[in-house]
Amino acid sequence: MFDFHPQLKQRFAALRTGAEFFSLRYVRESGQYLSVRKNVAEPPSLSRDEGAMLTVRVNGVETYAATNDLSQSGLQAALDKAEQHARRLKPHALLDLREQAVSSDRADYFSPNLDQPFPSLSDCYQLLGAESAAVPKDERLVNWQVSIGITHVEQIYLNSAGAELRQAQRFVYPGLDVTAYDGSDSQTRTLGRENFGQQGGFDVISRCGLVGAGPKIADQALQLLLAPNTPQGPRDLLLMPDQMMLQIHESIGHPLELDRILGDERNYAGTSFVRAEDFGSLQYGSELLNVTFDPDIPEQLASYGHDDDGTAASKQFLIKEGLLLRPLGGALSQFRTGMNGVANSRACGWNRPPIDRMANLNIEPGDQPLEQLIGNIEHGILMSTNRSWSIDDARNKFQFGCEWARLIENGELKGVVKNPNYRAISAQFWKSLSAVGDASTVKVLGTPNCGKGEPNQVIRVGHASPACVFSNVDVFGGDA
Amino acid sequence: MSTSSNQAEAFKALVHWLRDAVREPEQFTLSYAAESSAFVRFNHAKVRQAGQVQQASVGLKLIDDGRHADLNITLCGDAQVDVQRLAEGLQQLRDTLPLLPQDPYLLLNYTAWQSRNIQEHPLPDTEQVVAQITQAAEGLDLVGFYAAGPISRGFASSSGAFGWHQANSFNFDFSLFHDNGQAVKASYAGHDWNSEGFASRFAQAREQLAFLGRPQRTLAPGQYRAYLAPAALGEIMDMLGWGGFSAQSIASKNSPLQKLYAGDSSFSPLVSLDEKVSGSLSPAFSGEGYPRSDLGLIVNGKAGAQMVSSRSAAEYGLTANGASGGEMPSALNMAAGELPGAEILKQLGTGLYISNLWYLNYSDQPAARLTGMTRFATFWVENGEIQAPVSTMRFDDSAYSLLGSQLEALTAERELLLSASTYSQRATDSALLPGALISRLTLTL
Repeated sequence: MFDFHPQLKQRFAALRTGAEFFSLRYVRESGQYLSVRKNVAEPPSLSRDEGAMLTVRVNGVETYAATNDLSQSGLQAALDKAEQHARRLKPHALLDLREQAVSSDRADYFSPNLDQPFPSLSDCYQLLGAESAAVPKDERLVNWQVSIGITHVEQIYLNSAGAELRQAQRFVYPGLDVTAYDGSDSQTRTLGRENFGQQGGFDVISRCGLVGAGPKIADQALQLLLAPNTPQGPRDLLLMPDQMMLQIHESIGHPLELDRILGDERNYAGTSFVRAEDFGSLQYGSELLNVTFDPDIPEQLASYGHDDDGTAASKQFLIKEGLLLRPLGGALSQFRTGMNGVANSRACGWNRPPIDRMANLNIEPGDQPLEQLIGNIEHGILMSTNRSWSIDDARNKFQFGCEWARLIENGELKGVVKNPNYRAISAQFWKSLSAVGDASTVKVLGTPNCGKGEPNQVIRVGHASPACVFSNVDVFGGDA
Repeated sequence: MSTSSNQAEAFKALVHWLRDAVREPEQFTLSYAAESSAFVRFNHAKVRQAGQVQQASVGLKLIDDGRHADLNITLCGDAQVDVQRLAEGLQQLRDTLPLLPQDPYLLLNYTAWQSRNIQEHPLPDTEQVVAQITQAAEGLDLVGFYAAGPISRGFASSSGAFGWHQANSFNFDFSLFHDNGQAVKASYAGHDWNSEGFASRFAQAREQLAFLGRPQRTLAPGQYRAYLAPAALGEIMDMLGWGGFSAQSIASKNSPLQKLYAGDSSFSPLVSLDEKVSGSLSPAFSGEGYPRSDLGLIVNGKAGAQMVSSRSAAEYGLTANGASGGEMPSALNMAAGELPGAEILKQLGTGLYISNLWYLNYSDQPAARLTGMTRFATFWVENGEIQAPVSTMRFDDSAYSLLGSQLEALTAERELLLSASTYSQRATDSALLPGALISRLTLTL
């Protein structure tokens, strides 16, 4: 681990520049994606990647140069290029960063269970093959796939102020999906995949529940095929954690990103219905809503010690008892606005610069077990597992769809319905939060696929949430 | 930094080394991707963030006794180190193959095809471009992104196939914002940055901006006549392309177009859609080693060819046609219609002129029912005249309605849309599309 660190330090120390500040962020990443589809092992997809981004600050202008050439001359060439660029762009620069403080922290961060070896490739294929084979034989089951993705990342951040930050992490993404087809309609049921990723080792696969899941997931796909469409009209909506994560992500996370509020993303990811002056005064949701930026849950996908600009990360309330308190803004956005923020300046790899991102964005648990949440609903619906998401560029008007739903009548779960969708407006939706599940309903989830930024970046984010109830939401089904 | 021609030579050197290193009966394929990119993002007509990225990688597939595995390796540009990395990668794959079962869907292309396409049109200095952009945007609220530089793609196999694609390109994707928060989106992209061409494109966007100053109209949910400009239609095509034409998705009943391919639904006879690789900006060969074919995906509203990767070809008894592993089109070409551009507003009469759509997804995928938002320069039109910008609205409608029963006309003029995507690497995707006049679009929120 960190075997390149001594050489990198030497090379960093030997770099020469006229810049007032410079940094180097080295990333080495290796990955493996294994899958078995319909009982046939697909060829493994493996990867090895490494490179470095050098960032300079010259007369308050910051620019970067990322390079795959890690030799002394390669790093020096990148640094020179960035410095030259910064000098020439000075007349056109939006920001003057001469007064922005920089990190001088020194620390290491490791994923949990990193020292425990992951099962061998053979063992993984054996597990995947067994789960695939456990999917029952039924001619309506037309497709199924079981997979495990594993990514190891080592990152070393050094800067001219003396910072030295090392992170070694392992991310695991188990997944299973089954598609049923009746000659006209098709329905897919999923476990994990885009909805579940954690840091750790084989313990992640256990927590996901992949082992032994094949028959149950297949049965649910078949149930969906036989189910009626979700009825249209207002209902109380009970969202399970694997839909809550998407709900949090799209209609709390993105609108609170400070770079969006500052307009940086208006050409691509969009803006926000939240304004800078709303922090401290806007009642974002009901008093039951408590939202935290929490980098301290070891297994959660985006737990870390420092962000990619070298800022130390700590748990912060963004929304407390429904009141909007703090944006998702890293050191640069905090400098630009004078506002409080969090350590969320993140890059997806060595060849992309850090920007404001979500990391772990969680809803704190309430006090009701699942039975009580259901028992208190007269006319409602339970929805689980996101499959469709769409929201406007200000992150306000949304429509989300799930794989699985059951009607709730007079406090009891009733039949399964298919194609469950709901639509609402963020600024109003969170105010309809009427009940929050207790700790027994919380799941620690995450996705590797949050897209944003120019150049585009896709990054891993974590969302832990209890089950939650929203009053009187417009729900509807599909055409089929 | 190595030049593009050096990259070609470096790739050839790796291929030569690999041909010597593999041992009978081992076989290999080796793909190559490299780019050197200038990235500049703008906010408030100033440079918000700028940088340069130099990257190169190879994708090595090793095949032995019906077993195979893939390894992607980042290169560093030093010939000796890169050979060392390739050697380590080869050993990793040799260690891996015995752990795998034979793959019944392995299908290799044994032809020794050759392909070469090099375009070295010089690009302007980045700082000169920045100066032009900031000058043109003086007094305006411009936000956008400029990406430029050479892109290289290569392929070689132990059967003697060799492909090389290299092109310089730029893409300036930008928006102009009015004080009221409304915006118009535009792009200037291609191989040949021309100051007059840029000024003309910028002026068009600036003209549209003037309309956005009118008082905004808020529409109630309901059904409206609508004109979808090519960029808006492009969003629908992107969504349908995500698995829609994929042989594996169609066979596994996950395609949004499964009813089309089953013959149970159809589009308007006006709709003909090709994957037209010839003359496009993307490489003429796939990353898995097949020359890419031109394909008629939708012919007069009916299902045509599917995108077939080698794996799908083996699994479903089809013929591989150069589709990548994801089986998504990347050079769409939709047939033009007969509606002249000058007649669009008149034919629309009263309804919505939609320049862009945004964030599409499925409400009901097997029924090809889509939802999404209007975004940028959407106008309310009455009696053929633009009246007011419209606040953001959500639509929810079936593709079989929008491009079928409710499709009145396609425009005679088409627009070439070059992808501005830069996830992992700069995209070479393109789409040549007309605009579409729709008699009924359902708005829901």
